[in-house]
Amino acid sequence: MSGIFAPAPGRAPMRSVVASQIRMELTLTARRGEAVVLAMGVPLLVLLGAGLTEVTNVPGNDRLAFVVPGVLALTVMSTAFTGQAITTGYERAYGVLKRLGASPLSRPGLLFAKTSAVLGLIVVQLVALAAVGVAVGWRPHFGATLSAVGVTVLATAAYSGLALLMASVLRPEATTGAATLIYVLMLAAGGIMFAAPDLGTVGWFLLPLAAHAEALRATLSHDASVPLSIWLSLGAWAVVFVTAAARKFRWE
Amino acid sequence: MSDDAVEVNGLVVRYGGTTAVDGVSLTVPRGRVLSLLGHNGAGKTSLLQVCEGFRKADGGTVRVLGLDPIADHDTLMPRLGIMLQSGGVYPWATAGEILRLFASFAASPLDVDMLLDRLGLRKFERTRWRRLSGGEQQRLSLAIALVGRPELVFLDEPTAGMDTEARHTTWRLIEELRADGVSVLLTTHLLDEAERLADDVVIMSSGVVAATGTPAELTAAAGIDLLEVRAEPGLKPADGRLTDLKISETTPGEYAVTGALDAAAISAVLGWFAAAGAQVTAVNTRRRTLEDVYLALTTGEKAYR
Repeated sequence: MSGIFAPAPGRAPMRSVVASQIRMELTLTARRGEAVVLAMGVPLLVLLGAGLTEVTNVPGNDRLAFVVPGVLALTVMSTAFTGQAITTGYERAYGVLKRLGASPLSRPGLLFAKTSAVLGLIVVQLVALAAVGVAVGWRPHFGATLSAVGVTVLATAAYSGLALLMASVLRPEATTGAATLIYVLMLAAGGIMFAAPDLGTVGWFLLPLAAHAEALRATLSHDASVPLSIWLSLGAWAVVFVTAAARKFRWE
Repeated sequence: MSDDAVEVNGLVVRYGGTTAVDGVSLTVPRGRVLSLLGHNGAGKTSLLQVCEGFRKADGGTVRVLGLDPIADHDTLMPRLGIMLQSGGVYPWATAGEILRLFASFAASPLDVDMLLDRLGLRKFERTRWRRLSGGEQQRLSLAIALVGRPELVFLDEPTAGMDTEARHTTWRLIEELRADGVSVLLTTHLLDEAERLADDVVIMSSGVVAATGTPAELTAAAGIDLLEVRAEPGLKPADGRLTDLKISETTPGEYAVTGALDAAAISAVLGWFAAAGAQVTAVNTRRRTLEDVYLALTTGEKAYR
């Protein structure tokens, strides 16, 4: 019996540490199936409602070309920002983050695992919603897919950063409230169901959701390039909030 | 580089205007078990939190395995096993999933099934954390702390909320850790726990160290309280040197001696029995228990010297 506890400390290779954490994050997300459905349910409703009926006025004469990319952008925000902020806020409240902080995972490891799990989830959601869009008549172009992926990665990073920042500085109840409020405001003003208020270039910097939606519209619906101001806007959002999250992130 | 597992020097921890830890120094030598004993609010957990790198010291220094718990966090964590006082696990994950997650973080983890068996958690392997009882959660937390085969473990009130059986299982496990060369710093307010497990005891009271020593030293310093002598019944002590002592025959042939029982006094007592021609068949000294010492220190009921 003796000797089994003889010390043999050490961290597993960082790649496998992060891989197990990603697996745990995805397992738990799948276990809260209702959250995933909700994260996709609202975008799906918007897609079918605004895309197939005349309930809202959208610019141009191709409703789906306007609505579907906006719904894809909304889904990214819903998962990377709202969902992640709420989950992380409660993980802090339950002491889960503290417990992980007392493990070999490390802070970069946790942040990387969380972001990877969110990205994986987003890919699945976007493919599913795009497929629904195509099924009801959306005709995407693939010439500028790389740019579409690029702006989506930037948007995901910006939303994740903001989510982790909020979860670090606010109480979990406040995080939930603020994340939901921002989601609703962005949904209303973000140019998803109807045209965003025309603020010119400034608008892209104020409303990342509108900027991301516009970039996806340009690339996927119109086979055009992403305006430089949108690259700059999403880039700035990503840099500012990822940096702030990395600075302010607390285990406790 | 110091060879001590933990070195705390003049540690101060404040919460706003309250000073939770006020200049505490202690050392955990490698391979030993140090028990931090004190009431709730004595500052035990605050001290532990600084050692774990969760809280910055407001004064003094802390070195853990020769490293700074905050600056060297990422280097230190794989070498430590930390059992937090409560919570800290995904409520929707099962006991098995959690333990396997933490095992996967380690280079050469313990066998998860063995650990589940040892802690009586096997039947809860598929039970989610939030459905476990307080004692079961505690045992799982202990398993999480040990699964990475750490060289130093911090246990914050490890047996709180456990039933008697689980408590004894945990004690045997901690004894085994010590036997296998793991250094342990544990907090407790249970005296029997400290007395049974610890090589060294530090008694904290209101943020300061009230006493330090091995359990034997602490009780010995408190002196011998009672001398029991067995001899013929009916002896009547009448010796001037014994006036400071109280000798009474509790049952025929059993004498209880109380008072300032230093070596001279004990020799005088035995001298008197010899002079009386008594056949002394048994002599027994009773020391104060750690509990007496602890109560004296923390409540100030009895002067301690």
